[in-house]
Amino acid sequence: MSTTEDLYAGASETTEGRVFTVTGQDWDSVVQGVHEEADERVVVNMGPQHPSTHGVLRLILELEGETVTEARCGIGYLHTGIEKNMEYRSWVQGTTFCTRMDYLSPFYNEATYSMGVERLLDIEDDIPEKAQVMRVLLMELNRISSHLVAIATGGMEIGALTVMTIGFRERELVLDLFELITGLRMNHAFIRPGGVAQDLPPGALDEIREFIKLMKKRLPEYAALCNANPIFKGRLENVGHLDLAGCLALGLSGPVLRSTGYAWDLRKTQPYSGYEDYDFDVQTWDTCDAYGRFRVRLAEMWESLKIVEQAADRLSGLEGAPVMVADKKIAWPSQLAIGSDGMGNSLDHIKHIMGESMEALIHHFKLVTEGFRVPPGQAYVPIESPRGELGAHVVSDGGTRPFRAHFRDPSFTNLQATSVMSEGGMVADVIVAIASIDPVMGGVDR
Amino acid sequence: MTDTDKTEKAPATIGTEEQTVNEPAVHSHGEVVGVRQGMFGVKGSGDTSGYGGLVAPKVFPSAAQRPYGGWYDEVADALEATVRLEGVVIHRGEITFHVRREDLVAVAKHLRDDPALRFEFCAGVSGVHYPDDAGRELHAVYHLLSMTHNRRIRLEVACPDADPHIPSIVGIYPTNDWHERETYDFFGIVFDGHPALTRVLMPDDWPGHPQRKDYPLGGIPVEYKGGTIPPPDQRRSYS
Repeated sequence: MSTTEDLYAGASETTEGRVFTVTGQDWDSVVQGVHEEADERVVVNMGPQHPSTHGVLRLILELEGETVTEARCGIGYLHTGIEKNMEYRSWVQGTTFCTRMDYLSPFYNEATYSMGVERLLDIEDDIPEKAQVMRVLLMELNRISSHLVAIATGGMEIGALTVMTIGFRERELVLDLFELITGLRMNHAFIRPGGVAQDLPPGALDEIREFIKLMKKRLPEYAALCNANPIFKGRLENVGHLDLAGCLALGLSGPVLRSTGYAWDLRKTQPYSGYEDYDFDVQTWDTCDAYGRFRVRLAEMWESLKIVEQAADRLSGLEGAPVMVADKKIAWPSQLAIGSDGMGNSLDHIKHIMGESMEALIHHFKLVTEGFRVPPGQAYVPIESPRGELGAHVVSDGGTRPFRAHFRDPSFTNLQATSVMSEGGMVADVIVAIASIDPVMGGVDR
Repeated sequence: MTDTDKTEKAPATIGTEEQTVNEPAVHSHGEVVGVRQGMFGVKGSGDTSGYGGLVAPKVFPSAAQRPYGGWYDEVADALEATVRLEGVVIHRGEITFHVRREDLVAVAKHLRDDPALRFEFCAGVSGVHYPDDAGRELHAVYHLLSMTHNRRIRLEVACPDADPHIPSIVGIYPTNDWHERETYDFFGIVFDGHPALTRVLMPDDWPGHPQRKDYPLGGIPVEYKGGTIPPPDQRRSYS
């Protein structure tokens, strides 16, 4: 057997016609095969493992020459049953699961879930100010890192590799901050019902200020590289067109909606976590295309940076303030601390429950094993994630576990626009259209 | 008295207790969706805690009475002009309209098209399975947003497990295409009139509807250093 022969590539006959398996660098066999069949209509199955489909997304494209006549999505390849699993864990443990859904914006998943639980507990007004400011800080840092990935991978998919390398370079800085504050680069489970898990570590504010300073120097690089770049504009302009009526009918939100010129942003229109106290603008563009969405994302990173700056200023005045509700029946009792054998419960807390107070031990035990009860009812507290309206429909039957937690993930909804954005266009534009939606398959499939 | 005796009696007592005085018949649709028994989820063995006989109803927030306050009344008036609502629940500042399934399409169309309502954005449908809510086991919950008036409401439709049909509103809110497929996939609710109601996240040949309460979570016991940890749905739970 020669080394150039590929066992898995080649053609086979089916009732639907001839099927080619293309694995790369063998396009000739398809071209020749199509030529022999004298059929201009080709159905291409792209993905689910394909570097340009923005994750494990499967695209079924019907082509006439290079024009896409029909485009369909196949999803579900990353379905892990997170919503079902959450029904078998306590309310606090739920954050550990939902943070893994949209893995590029974990804080938003945690926040919308936690705020739903807080509404059911009726403790929305009791969340300490510092917890709210920390949530805003983390969410806006997360918006920057998420938009950076959107721009970076979008650039990579059209061959702009420098955009990718610098995008991931800056994202790394944000992840370093996350690691410093929460201990993890992703899957934090840091925002929890009642507040946040832990206070800011010493030195965190200085690091954040350093980051802001650096980003102010580096964000203009994206604009310099892309905004007026003729190749970049040539690939993005007038591609993936979707106007306001189309967006509303298909339920699209986030940067796609704002690229139609409609300034709808839940942080402004239905403020939560104290967003009404921050000074920032809603960014829009009026071209309804992939280029507009790129510009919206780029401008939103500046706005997020503004919010991060204000949040950092507020936090410097809140040193030592509580980050969890005062209610001992909800607040997780222990704080994490670094010991000689790694991170664990703080020694002070261990001393308290093991040596000083039996009641404290009982409360700790009850809260950790059983959890707290949430009054029956349902809540839906949507927030503006980097991709649009993200909301958790949280239902409680009065037990210690979620009766049902359903996430309205913007990626899932927005991906429905694939067909309308790419049909009638060229096959290469499908990639640009999908990249401009910026779907995260972890959120789509949950 | 054995545990079984208590169980059989329990729902009857709860039912009478829930009948509040001077309440019109509208409220009906079981706010009691089930009964919680015992405290530590012990099944099949003796419960030595003394809490084994505990019986507590699962009571959801009851129907609200007029006036609802603010714009809630405007929306309710406009809806009641077209259809008879099953009930209106206001809980934690969120308003839920319970609608009969045969009215759903008319209600949704009215909510979208009436300039005074203008709920132009639908955030999809979420299924909920209440196995003990006899005759209304499967619920479909729609979250609607009016960007024009900056209001949010919730529509809730129920159908029995034996006849799991709810009309599709894809014709009114095309965004619900995948959402309804998802709810069908996970709960088995058939949305009549959907253009292509197939599974969307589970494989096409998957048996059953995984998010139903009677569908097991699955999993295997995990051994670690001589100890065995059962899968999550078989661990001790605090009901």
